[in-house]
Amino acid sequence: MLLIRCPWCGDREETEFGYGGQAHVAYPPSAEQLSDDEWAQYLFFRDNPKGPFAERWVHAAGCRRWFNAVRHTVSNEFISVYRPGEKPAGGAA
Amino acid sequence: MRPGGASAGSAQTGQQHADHLWRHTDPKPSYDAVVVGAGGHGLATAFYLAKNHGITNVAVLERGWLAGGNMARNTTIIRSNYLWDESAAIYEHALKLWEGLPEELDYDFLFSQRGVLNLAHTQQDVRDSRRRVYANQLNGVDGEWLTPDEVAKVCPILNVSPETRYPVLGATYQPRAGIAKHDHVAWAFARQCDQYGIDLIQHCEVTGFLTSGNRVTGVRTTRGDIAAGRVAMTAAGHSSVLAGTLGLRLPVQSHPLQALVSELLEPVHPTVVMSNHVHVYVSQAHKGELVMGAGVDSYNSYGQRGSVHVIEQQMAAAVELFPIFARAHVLRTWGGIVDVTPDASPVIGLTPYENLYINCGWGTGGFKATPAVGWVMAHLVATGTPHALNEPFGLDRFTTGALIDEHGAAAVAH
Repeated sequence: MLLIRCPWCGDREETEFGYGGQAHVAYPPSAEQLSDDEWAQYLFFRDNPKGPFAERWVHAAGCRRWFNAVRHTVSNEFISVYRPGEKPAGGAA
Repeated sequence: MRPGGASAGSAQTGQQHADHLWRHTDPKPSYDAVVVGAGGHGLATAFYLAKNHGITNVAVLERGWLAGGNMARNTTIIRSNYLWDESAAIYEHALKLWEGLPEELDYDFLFSQRGVLNLAHTQQDVRDSRRRVYANQLNGVDGEWLTPDEVAKVCPILNVSPETRYPVLGATYQPRAGIAKHDHVAWAFARQCDQYGIDLIQHCEVTGFLTSGNRVTGVRTTRGDIAAGRVAMTAAGHSSVLAGTLGLRLPVQSHPLQALVSELLEPVHPTVVMSNHVHVYVSQAHKGELVMGAGVDSYNSYGQRGSVHVIEQQMAAAVELFPIFARAHVLRTWGGIVDVTPDASPVIGLTPYENLYINCGWGTGGFKATPAVGWVMAHLVATGTPHALNEPFGLDRFTTGALIDEHGAAAVAH
């Protein structure tokens, strides 16, 4: 089980959290002008790196707030945990 | 006894294998076709390239050892009770091939059609399950709806008491479903490939591609560059890493999927039981282990391990459904990396490179499809055009919106 640091509550067990996939995927600014290919990319395609990955978690059984993390997808090391609007330490995302 | 085969009784005494299953070869500078990944899908692709299309100047490249990835880690369940026409067609094609495969490959890999029960625990489960049974029947797939009493007749050790937390309200039943010995399936394909002269090259990781315009001309490997007329990607969990070397983005996310086996037990479990709602699936291997799986871990990972709470939930469900499992010891647990798609259906088809073909995104259910994947991928590689069975599963469905949503029939949450 992962030990995850909620930026508000501190270290908690993984079972308290929900996973939100890739972080920093912004809603397209002019969605009505997107081609079908561009819309498909926004809806269905996400990065899937073997290495550091900026992703979203929600502390569902705690403060219920969303935050971001950079985690290594092989070692599971959390390189950085940061609140919405903040930048990760080291600038990995 | 057939070479490599086994008599009916040898499951208890140890398998008898042929001394020789395949040559250990070095890569040649060039092949007509290169298959990336020597798992079940890659080996079956090479086999049907030779058998159905007469193409034998083929190499299957494997970064680890033959069939040592997900082929060695799955729970060996074979069934075809999927909801949509497109899925029923390809999985049923696979099941029909499985039924003739021990003879075709001349290898008794212990394919056992002991049936599968997919349990329903809520009224919505019941409605969805009955709908799926009707869809199966319309597609010529054997399936029936069983009441709790009928479920108990098929699997007497299953607890169908109304007193449990999530009572069994019934189940779909596919009698022709079953299990097979996964390692032996791989070795059976490998031996036949070898006899066709196909090179099976282990410890040869494909790290990228050689390209010219919109064609792939070869693969870069840890054992040097290899020229290829055509390339088939069957790399499972690492498909997006490999496709990424071409700048090609895939609609897949890689997740750990865990499974475990118990110590060896007397034969107690006569069929395969799956429950999507409480989330466990279990069968008993020929040797006696209970083989169990759960859902994928929520997060992306390539670490080939997962979190213990997933196993804990799976065990809780198993013990409630099967009270007699309570004293069984876990022998070992493991994880594999599966690539899951947004609609829980695979991607099989063309890529932006005209002679590069892709097979990925099988999520948690690739093993059962092994022979059909080989069949359609061989057709793709040989003809350059999709087979009717895999045409609906192309990458373009994410743009057209013609998704094949099999989250319900996938039977594993992903």
